Amino acid sequence: MMGRTIFIDPGRCIGCQACVSACRECDSHRGKSMIHLDYTEPGMSVASLPTVCMHCEDPVAPCAEVCPADAILVTADGVVQQADTTRCIGCANCVNACPFGVPKIDLQAKLQMKCNLCYDRTAYGLAPMCATVCPTGALFYGTLEELQAERPGVQVADSFAFGDVMVSTGVAMVVPADKVRWPVPGGLPVVEINGVDMREEHSNEGGGGRRAGGVDVR
Amino acid sequence: MTATDPAKAASRPVPIPLDPSIAPPGTRNFRDAGGIPADQWHTDQNGETLVPTHCCFCGVQCGMYLRVDKGGKVFGVEPRDHDINRMRLCPKGINAYQQVNHPDRLTAPLMRRSREEDFREVSWDEALDFTVSEVRRIQAAHGNDAFGLLGGASLYSEKTYLVGKFGRVALKTRHVDYNGRLCMVSAAGANKLSFGIDRAANPFSDILLTDCLLIAGSNVAECFPVMTQYVWGARDRGASLIVVDPRETAIARTADVHVALKPGTDSAFFNAVLHVIVAEGLTDEAYLAAHTTGWDEVRKTVQDYPPERSAEICGVPAAQIVQVARMFGGADKAMAFHARGVEHHSQGVENCLSVINMCVATGNLGRPGAGYGTITGQGNGQGGREHGQKSDLLPGGRSIMNEEHRRQICRIWGIEESELPPAGTSMMEMVWQMQRQEIRGLIGICNNPFVSLPHYRVVKQGYDTLEFHAQFDFFLSETAANAHVVFPVTVWAEDEGVMANTEARVVKHNKAQEPPAGVRTDTWVMCELARRLGAGDKFDFAGSREVFDELRIASAGTVNDYYGITYERLEETGGIMWPCPSTDHPGTPRLFEGGRTYHPDGKIHLQVVEWHPPMDPYSEEYPLSLTTGRTVAHFLSGNQTRRLGALVEQTPRPWVEVHPSHGYRNGDPVRVVTRRGSEVFPALVTEAIRPDTVFIPYHWPVPTAANALTIDALDPRSKIPEYKVCAARIEAAERVDEVPAPPMAPGHQAYPEAQVARTDPLPPTSSQGRGTAERS
Ligand code: SF4
Ligand code: SF4
Repeated sequence: MMGRTIFIDPGRCIGCQACVSACRECDSHRGKSMIHLDYTEPGMSVASLPTVCMHCEDPVAPCAEVCPADAILVTADGVVQQADTTRCIGCANCVNACPFGVPKIDLQAKLQMKCNLCYDRTAYGLAPMCATVCPTGALFYGTLEELQAERPGVQVADSFAFGDVMVSTGVAMVVPADKVRWPVPGGLPVVEINGVDMREEHSNEGGGGRRAGGVDVR
Repeated sequence: MTATDPAKAASRPVPIPLDPSIAPPGTRNFRDAGGIPADQWHTDQNGETLVPTHCCFCGVQCGMYLRVDKGGKVFGVEPRDHDINRMRLCPKGINAYQQVNHPDRLTAPLMRRSREEDFREVSWDEALDFTVSEVRRIQAAHGNDAFGLLGGASLYSEKTYLVGKFGRVALKTRHVDYNGRLCMVSAAGANKLSFGIDRAANPFSDILLTDCLLIAGSNVAECFPVMTQYVWGARDRGASLIVVDPRETAIARTADVHVALKPGTDSAFFNAVLHVIVAEGLTDEAYLAAHTTGWDEVRKTVQDYPPERSAEICGVPAAQIVQVARMFGGADKAMAFHARGVEHHSQGVENCLSVINMCVATGNLGRPGAGYGTITGQGNGQGGREHGQKSDLLPGGRSIMNEEHRRQICRIWGIEESELPPAGTSMMEMVWQMQRQEIRGLIGICNNPFVSLPHYRVVKQGYDTLEFHAQFDFFLSETAANAHVVFPVTVWAEDEGVMANTEARVVKHNKAQEPPAGVRTDTWVMCELARRLGAGDKFDFAGSREVFDELRIASAGTVNDYYGITYERLEETGGIMWPCPSTDHPGTPRLFEGGRTYHPDGKIHLQVVEWHPPMDPYSEEYPLSLTTGRTVAHFLSGNQTRRLGALVEQTPRPWVEVHPSHGYRNGDPVRVVTRRGSEVFPALVTEAIRPDTVFIPYHWPVPTAANALTIDALDPRSKIPEYKVCAARIEAAERVDEVPAPPMAPGHQAYPEAQVARTDPLPPTSSQGRGTAERS
């Protein structure tokens, strides 16, 4: 599957927004964060979930696919870059196409901006800013083996269903190994875990209880 | 993070063998990957220098690099692979650098002769002369003790040492105290009583080795975010987690057991846990017999706290108490941590003692993965009281009441024993003395009591009654704005010095930039004032290094021994934990190995604890508990963080957390009324809080100050205020007052809609109120 990438573990997120602040410090888009933080059950729990660009692999990143100006480059190692400043016309097609709600448009600059996996860092084997600082490891950068060595038994999901369309991503979500009965917090259903199609396994289960990602998820 | 977890080490760019008991020397920079030498000050191709230092805020003391441009100005932050935090930072740490060149920095002394006048910028000479003449005038008329000095626990240890010496030697007053009084003195008192030493028993790395972790009254995720990596590390190894807190904090959300007890009932809870531990035979009798005194009395007392009784007091199920006792008592290695939720009470010391009793009775002390700790709130909360700015302490943690200790310090300071004043009173008591005009003049150093002390009306009255008030600060805090003289001093990145974090690990902060013209170090100002007061020969320090060398000597031979710690050693290692008596001593990461404590008899002195209700009684009129705390984006009185754009955006204003059963909707204006006043906050309606409790974060000044409502009742022993519980009621209000928009730091571009949010009366979007999430 994946090489070094970001793994998102919502069960660990404490909603501190260190990732958001760190992203603002990145030299390539200083002052603006390309991460946003969602509170999944406001008024019920303090559960939160960071969203970074998922760097879609299959089909080829929807944002890049729809870009009329060919401004979004996907590198050989699967990183979906932010729009090329010399090409982007600020049409916001990418914003509409992204199933995860990631790209942002700077209307004044007529420019799309999004997470490019800190290419200036990752190209040198370093971790992106957000995953470097995240105090809990809710954002982890490394290989699947490195993740599992640190957190024995965890499993990850990198395929998501949007209606009939399946999207495989370069960034993966961590799901608890022996407790996959819940959808991943944030509403994205887990589609496949270690080759098992979870839609068939749990076809009659609904949107998940109050505790999804909570006490029971470790 | 530990040698027992090689896989973890292997996932890092530079694998290093780590001994969990002692932090290894050396700190590494991720830029190692690019072949740049490790952890040295170096300049890259763009002329940028990385200066290794630490975060100025909480007691974790995360390592970081400050990015300094060619012109010598701090302009950014870079993660640093320091032993404490392994590159992790929380949002406060990431944005801290924006303080350094913030447009709000004070750059010239401000002065006025009466509070009716406006401040005018004056020369240093004029401000210092005026201050000295006021000290002389007040002391001549009303005695030396009519002048007070209040220090701060965010200062470097060198400066806190100087505060104590300046107060007693130059001002010759007994009234010296500091804002760490509001932080963890209850824990310090309990530790001293039980163990004869005042610090956490274990290093952070021990958390990774435990089987059961109990966290009480500590919102670790928001107040000490980087500590969560140790908590999760323990969880990854299968440790169970127990959280005792009236709110479902982010750490509580993931706990195996979350005990949502009623504020102010902690010792009733822990006594009941110990009751069950005894009843189920989970005590370590051999350990108790060999290493403790007082166990029989403690065992007898906890007989009166069966789970059913405590369940009623604490408002939790009795079964939960039993469950906690079995989990904690049954674990091979268990650890307990607490913070202000347990300590900020009129029985704060007793609360801490009840936790200690539980740890000791189960033999959980002095082993890897077994122990006890308090988490310091301020960066130097630990170091800040070790060297004599607390009213009853002399350097090295010596007692000012002890003849021998007084003699030792007088010898080092070169004064007669008769010249050394006796113990003074605590910070809140000093405010009461100001009201009574027993204290008529005051110098405050980097503290902000107008926001941080309870019962604002009393505080304001006390300060208004002062004939003369000078304040050191780098931003004009609410308290400084009320002063006669304000001395503009350096921020942490403009001077060097040491701090001791929660683990009692002494770390060195380095100077990253020159202070702006007109700004002086606190050290310089204190020494200059001392010189003008006629004590110049005792304050002949060129800078922090000279002060530190005197501090080392002054602490030698005491429990708080710093003698073996030098700047050079700190630069070579990831920090050294005291006691460290000689320069070849590795420091003491874990206390009480082999059961020996620092009491003369080497034993643990267990103390009997009885629960009593909080000082502010509930009534029909005031049926609810008001409790207060911090949010992840802000630090203490907010004087520093309320000016940093990203943090303001994240949490623009305070709110009141209420349970849905009260019938409010999110954002409704809710008036919170206590016996001391009332204020209106937007409601944050959440199930994450007890129905009988409301919560307000305390970082803001009036008209949205939690501390306008809290009670100035004190613990009789530690004199810590009872911030964490008072009686209150809530009622519907018309509208929420606007909070004036603070200035943004340079270089920070806020999104336009987020700018609006700062004056927006709506509450944060999340329960636990982590403010506005980033807007897209
Ligand atoms: S830094 Fe980590 S824990 Fe904090 S909000 Fe981001 S993902 Fe969550
Ligand atoms: S505030 Fe505390 S946890 Fe956050 S970066 Fe600073 S030292 Fe670390």
